[in-house]
Amino acid sequence: MSEPVLSVTNVQVQFGGGSVRAVDTVSLEVGRGEVVALVGESGCGKTTLIRSIIGLEPLAAGSIAVEGRPVGRGRGLRALRRKVQMIFQDPTGALNPRHSIYEAVAEGLRIHKVKGHEPTLVAEALASAGLRPPERYLRRFPHELSGGQRQRVLIAAAMALGPTLLLADEPVASLDASIRGEILALMRSFVDTRGVSIVAVTHDLGLAWNIADRVAVMYLGRIVEVGPTEEVLRAPKHPYTQALLSVVPEIEGLEQQILTGETPDPSRMPSGCRFHPRCPLVASGEAERLGIVDRCRGVDLELEPEVGAHRVACHAVRA
Amino acid sequence: MSDLAQVSPRAFRWARRRASAAGFWRSLRRDKLALTSLVVLVLFVVLAVVAPWVSNRADFNVINTGDNPVWAKPSGQYLLGTDNYGRSVALQVLWGARVSLFVGVAATVLTIVLGTLVGISAGFFGGWIDAVLMRITDWFLVIPFLPFAIVLASVLGRSLWNIVFVIGITSWPSTARLVRSQVLSLRERLYVDRARALGGGRAHIIGRHILPNVTPLVLASTTLAVPISILTETTLAFLGLGDPTDVSWGGILDQARTAAAVTTNRWWYYLPPGVAIIMVVLAFTIFGRALEAILDPRLRDR
Repeated sequence: MSEPVLSVTNVQVQFGGGSVRAVDTVSLEVGRGEVVALVGESGCGKTTLIRSIIGLEPLAAGSIAVEGRPVGRGRGLRALRRKVQMIFQDPTGALNPRHSIYEAVAEGLRIHKVKGHEPTLVAEALASAGLRPPERYLRRFPHELSGGQRQRVLIAAAMALGPTLLLADEPVASLDASIRGEILALMRSFVDTRGVSIVAVTHDLGLAWNIADRVAVMYLGRIVEVGPTEEVLRAPKHPYTQALLSVVPEIEGLEQQILTGETPDPSRMPSGCRFHPRCPLVASGEAERLGIVDRCRGVDLELEPEVGAHRVACHAVRA
Repeated sequence: MSDLAQVSPRAFRWARRRASAAGFWRSLRRDKLALTSLVVLVLFVVLAVVAPWVSNRADFNVINTGDNPVWAKPSGQYLLGTDNYGRSVALQVLWGARVSLFVGVAATVLTIVLGTLVGISAGFFGGWIDAVLMRITDWFLVIPFLPFAIVLASVLGRSLWNIVFVIGITSWPSTARLVRSQVLSLRERLYVDRARALGGGRAHIIGRHILPNVTPLVLASTTLAVPISILTETTLAFLGLGDPTDVSWGGILDQARTAAAVTTNRWWYYLPPGVAIIMVVLAFTIFGRALEAILDPRLRDR
């Protein structure tokens, strides 16, 4: 892998004056033209992680580098932000209802003083996002468009700045099932034609399967398993990933495991492996048989330090 | 796209503005009540503006009215009759419109500018800026309005600008609170996040997202502040705190009371300024509401 487009190193994001660690020591690298899916239950910190990448949440610790240059504060940040763009779960809320589609797309161009003929740039961006003919959309307002069209407008506005990294927060969760495929195909097409990298947050493993090259599974602010999509989804190693996959009806061959209990309150983080209170291995006594149950309850762990394609944070896998 | 390539960005922007202005006029034309209000307002403004050209201020100066009949009923010569000094009531109301409208608009501008500035700063920046600004606002808010206005007016002296100042300084806190509460909700909107994610700074976010979105609120507040300012000026003038060298609607009412026009049933003295006040205040309020409905695209086309 050549120089990564994005490298996240030991990032922490805290809320409530440090009482809650929404993202706790996460590291992740994304290569050029790579699509990474961040999956996990709601509240696991996946949205917070990508919001911190684009600077919407301050980092408590760790660092983020885009194309090898660390993201700091001040002037450099603006130039860097052009490289990283984001699309949101709720395209209706992300568009100012008073701004026409033209203004919504032109906003980024004006902020970054992009050279060129503005109306042409806007029209080209809309056309490339599948809104054709663009002239039909320029003067309209967000409430006159459908949800899928609004998401296309956001994608057009983001791609108009020529980013190298596109962050997508549940890009299709609020859309009709019939539209989802089109939007995902559109995003995928930008990977193929412009070499953009994508980090997509989703709770939908099917989406990860469809567009992602790699999958990172998050639980309580940590990545517990990361690897190529095929490997992680076909042969999950972490009991949490296994449990997530076992309830997807399209995937056969896994015994269905319904996780009991809620995700623990992140302000009272469990000791040891943070999954152990819900872990089926611990509950079934399997961990005891392997002789690791004390480590599960008492020893915190991160992803295996050795560099490999498929990495897991689980005492049982290491045993 | 070929026709797009030929226009410059500026021409394009102007075309869009023209289109939105045309749309605005189209929406307004459909609202008959608002249109009537607008006509009434324009009428009063025109009358106020042309007063010096169609009449002479000196014509109703007491030293020039010695030969006029006193308490003349409305007639062809005196459209609205005369008062106890033989001054034409019609002329007084005409010239009074100048003072009342001027004070109403000037005090409103002061109120809106102060209130919006304070409200946006407090709401957007939060923290200690918010705390300090809101305590100052509270301080002005809890002062009983009329006594404070009376004290200020008498301390500062009886001039037109002092009246404007008094009204402005006492009525901005409610606008500030209104704007602040709106900004608090606006700054959490997803499109503000998106603007930040696009790389927009504070000035961009305030200018492009916060300010335009509080404008309808401010406009509604403005159109309510104008009649309140006019009424306040009327009140102060009625209490004898107006500019004694100028004639305003409130001042006419005060003089009508002093001259016992009400008890002697000389309606042509107190009714015209009263009706003028009601018409202007009502027209401003109705027009303001209509304006708000038109300027909010979500309320449009429904």
